[in-house]
Amino acid sequence: MEAFRADFAKKFTMAFLTGDRWKLYLKGMATTLELTACALIIGVVLGVLVAVVRSAHDQQRPGRRNPVLGVVNFVCKIYTTVIRGTPMLVQLLIWGMVIFKSTRNRFFVGMLGLGINSGAYVAEIVRGGLMSVDAGQSEAGRSLGLDYIDTMRYIVIPQAFKNILPSLGNEFIVLFKDTSLVSSIGAAEILYYAEAIGGKTYEFMFPLYGTALMYLIFCIVLTWLQGKLERRLRQSDRR
Amino acid sequence: MIDVKNLSKSFENQLVLDNICEHISPGEKVVIIGPSGSGKSTFLRCLNLLETPTAGTITFEGAVITDPKVKIDQVRQQMGMVFQHFNLFPNMTIRKNITLAPVRTGLMRQEEADGLALSLLKRVDLVDKAEAYPSQLSGGQKQRIAIVRALAMKPKVMLFDEPTSALDPEMVGEVLDVMRELAQEGMTMVVVTHEMGFAREVGSRVLFMDGGHILEQNTPQEFFDHPQHPRTQLFLSKVL
Ligand SMILES: Nc1ncnc2c1ncn2[C@@H]1O[C@H](COP(=O)(O)OP(=O)(O)OP(=O)(O)O)[C@@H](O)[C@H]1O
Ligand SMILES: [Mg+2]
Repeated sequence: MEAFRADFAKKFTMAFLTGDRWKLYLKGMATTLELTACALIIGVVLGVLVAVVRSAHDQQRPGRRNPVLGVVNFVCKIYTTVIRGTPMLVQLLIWGMVIFKSTRNRFFVGMLGLGINSGAYVAEIVRGGLMSVDAGQSEAGRSLGLDYIDTMRYIVIPQAFKNILPSLGNEFIVLFKDTSLVSSIGAAEILYYAEAIGGKTYEFMFPLYGTALMYLIFCIVLTWLQGKLERRLRQSDRR
Repeated sequence: MIDVKNLSKSFENQLVLDNICEHISPGEKVVIIGPSGSGKSTFLRCLNLLETPTAGTITFEGAVITDPKVKIDQVRQQMGMVFQHFNLFPNMTIRKNITLAPVRTGLMRQEEADGLALSLLKRVDLVDKAEAYPSQLSGGQKQRIAIVRALAMKPKVMLFDEPTSALDPEMVGEVLDVMRELAQEGMTMVVVTHEMGFAREVGSRVLFMDGGHILEQNTPQEFFDHPQHPRTQLFLSKVL
């Protein structure tokens, strides 16, 4: 028992205290959060663009199809199919080891890989949200003489946004956890440091438990915030 | 004002409008009646191109609006439409519902539109609802707002698709009153409705549609008192 306790203390010290290693976990977590935020921005921008292109294409009046929109729509379709049809880890390895194999800025590569991946999922979420808005809403907008863009901007998108916030929140949490995959291409986020410390001390248990615990705490907080936001929205629905 | 020539519309393989020719003159109040599925809504929605005709031409104020080169948004600005289910924008206040289109299409500035909204709201007796949201209104109030929202664009013609069908009976009257007033002011109106009393009183002409055709049309007096076509007689015997 005594021996176990001593061993525990030694490993704990090695994992977190020696050379102020705990700072590395925090630094890694900061990078993880930054990665999540940047990837989310890329993902939302890409996702909204793709979703708007795809629904604009589907809503064209028959006989008046725009050929350029047709091509762009086709590209968007390929994008979502490829990204959603291949594992994220494989995509990240392709970005990191093939396309940007000599880029030193691994954060950038990871951010790009995550953002582009997330965009495909966000696109489907947003597209679903746009379709969930009653067709009568855009008909009313168009019948007043508003153009397609204004109708989307003032009428459809604000209503769609409310409907998709919960799924967007989920996507955010998934993305947050998936950032751990970029450690495989050498971006220095929390798991990267944990593995480095584990490799150095030949002791992985504490670094990995510590990492898991930090993820867990953040996920619980994010989930709580998400629930709060949803309750808010539901209240404003009743006004 | 509106001239419809050889208008046909099919969905997939179903022919819904079959070679319709019709002319609507300024100031007319055309009432369209007919059984469910006869193509009344489709006909109305073709007039402002919410549905794209499969064949035929529609001319509005001398311009062939079925021509793909026509700027359809500018045409629609001059044609108001009122829907069965109101279609107010739930994410905006009533005032914003009314002013959005006039401001965004460049018809007027926000202050001007606010003033117009106020006078329109006075007219339908709903000034106190200006800052309310649609979900706080009754059905009849919603439809009155939908009518003035369309009027805010100063349209030359108003299209109504069963504006009272989704209302509780006690609210039908207040909406018909607004429409009656509009008719008295000389607005050109095309109204799809099941309100036979309104058709008789306000209509200047009644069209009876069945199976994608306009089977019969006449002045309300003649139409209701001496229907010619057997289908019309059958339909009227059921609804009157
Ligand atoms: N978007 C659409 N796609 C396919 N079929 C449609 C569409 N809109 C209408 N139809 C069909 O066209 C026919 C005519 O419909 P329409 O709505 O014009 O009838 P209506 O006379 O307005 O009937 P109601 O009194 O029930 O409103 C119906 O058989 C309907 O099923
Ligand atoms: Mg109808």
